[in-house]
Amino acid sequence: MLNQRSRFIFSALCFGFAFLYIPILLVIIYSFNDSRLVTVWGGWSVRWYVELFNNENVLNAALLSFQIAAITATFATIMGTMAGFIMARIKKFRGRMLFSGMIASPLVMPEVITGLSLLLLFVSLQNSIGWPASRGMNTITIAHITFSMAYVAVIIQSRLTEVNESLEEAAMDLGARPLRVLWDITLPIIFPAMVSGWLLSFTLSLDDLVIASFVSGPGATTLPMLIFSKVRLGVSPDINALATILIVVVTLGLCIAAWITSRQNRSAR
Amino acid sequence: MSGLLVKTNNSIRENLWRYFIVAIPYIWLLLFFLAPFVIVFKISLADPIIAQPPFTPFFNESSDGGFSIYTTFDNFLYLFQDSLYFVTYLNSVKLAFIATLFTLLIGYPIAYGIARSPQPTRNILLLLVVIPFWISFLLRVYSWMGILKTNGLINGFLLWLGVIDQPLELLYTDTAVYIGMVYSYLPYMILPLYANLVKLDIRLLEAASDLGAKKWQGFIDVTLPLSIPGIIAGCLLVFIPAIGEYVIPALLGGADTLMIGRVLFDEFFLNRDWPVASAVAIVLLLLLVLPIVYFQKKQAQETSEAAA
Repeated sequence: MLNQRSRFIFSALCFGFAFLYIPILLVIIYSFNDSRLVTVWGGWSVRWYVELFNNENVLNAALLSFQIAAITATFATIMGTMAGFIMARIKKFRGRMLFSGMIASPLVMPEVITGLSLLLLFVSLQNSIGWPASRGMNTITIAHITFSMAYVAVIIQSRLTEVNESLEEAAMDLGARPLRVLWDITLPIIFPAMVSGWLLSFTLSLDDLVIASFVSGPGATTLPMLIFSKVRLGVSPDINALATILIVVVTLGLCIAAWITSRQNRSAR
Repeated sequence: MSGLLVKTNNSIRENLWRYFIVAIPYIWLLLFFLAPFVIVFKISLADPIIAQPPFTPFFNESSDGGFSIYTTFDNFLYLFQDSLYFVTYLNSVKLAFIATLFTLLIGYPIAYGIARSPQPTRNILLLLVVIPFWISFLLRVYSWMGILKTNGLINGFLLWLGVIDQPLELLYTDTAVYIGMVYSYLPYMILPLYANLVKLDIRLLEAASDLGAKKWQGFIDVTLPLSIPGIIAGCLLVFIPAIGEYVIPALLGGADTLMIGRVLFDEFFLNRDWPVASAVAIVLLLLLVLPIVYFQKKQAQETSEAAA
């Protein structure tokens, strides 16, 4: 029984999800287009995939991006977890105001500002102490850790404010040392949040164009930088193929993650 | 006695451990988040020169071993004198504002629909909102290029229908920038709105309808006012990043689509005028300070309410 209101909601949902997904589906379909003219359909083909895997620039950029993303995600998760723990559990220390400002700001800072300011820092450091000797993978990774750890901190903080502190207090009262409490109680509680933090940092790092463009040096081209330099000249069929691969990988990963969480929730119940 | 001794030992160790946990992220952020802004500010006060790096030094060592400080406000004056920058700032605010409005208009019914769905469907719909958020931003913006091109899919479809006989100019216009922004930022609008709407107590609406309110009156008088915190959070999450956006105007906008992020990028990479780029960044930051501080205050309120 659909009344007028539910019909409106239903059509809003249909429109919304069509809007979100049609562009992505079109990219996937056109990645199998045989024609070099991107919008003319020339029959099904996988030639752009073959071309992609024979393109050394693309493979090198992808390798670089994945390396940066993995290192970034690991360090951002460690430091972001520390920062989230501080925000949720250490109520008083000197400079807490400044700390909470610094941990929340990267989330809303325009990328151009973050990129510019970090590059100017690296240049100044290089001039005064000689480090970093060159810019590339090292500087991109530092920049990515800095903004990713803010996202991890938010995830960990909200998880820790959700769960009651009494569990940790009970363990303390029973004589457990702080490190023991951290290891046996707190870490298992926030472990799922750390996993999502790691995945989010990995994706953010893999996705970043603007900050990497600023802080990178002449030798290092990440995957987004390569894609951007190609597509700013127009639509290109091998980018469609590359996009399709990335989309399929991300979607599969998310669906598996969602499936695992829903199974865990069910067994917890 | 020995118990007391162990206790002090423990509390010293506990304190050390606390210092350690606080110090590592603190020092990292001071070095790689705060210090860079100080340097940007410093360089915005320098003169551009043709050298490596391309700006005049802040400290000058004189021959007798003393220091002098060189600063200039020329870069900021230049921003005020050249109307290009003023127009660009205004235009960025205008584009971001209109895009935010459209995102709200499209996102609200979706968030509302998800919040009113029965449980298993709701989770699937939420996952469907989140998936595009994880797919590369750059690729999602790129996906619109093929649709909006002169010989792209929209024009092809309209020509085939016979609605138009000349292809429309869609790509490289402000319209394309709006579409790109609404598309890219829609999940940022839907998620906070959903989080707010799902908390709404249905009994309030039932009470309203028992007292004779029509459905739309119930919505206007109950749902909408109660969802204002969600609306504000969603709008700020769209508006703040949209102002400094670079990728969307660079890929979808025309040469005359002036946005501050793009001007900063070009000033830096094409003109290699680092001091002016720094001054542009400082002014952009000043423009964003109010909404950012407001947003963080709101967030802090929400967290403390959630904890209470």
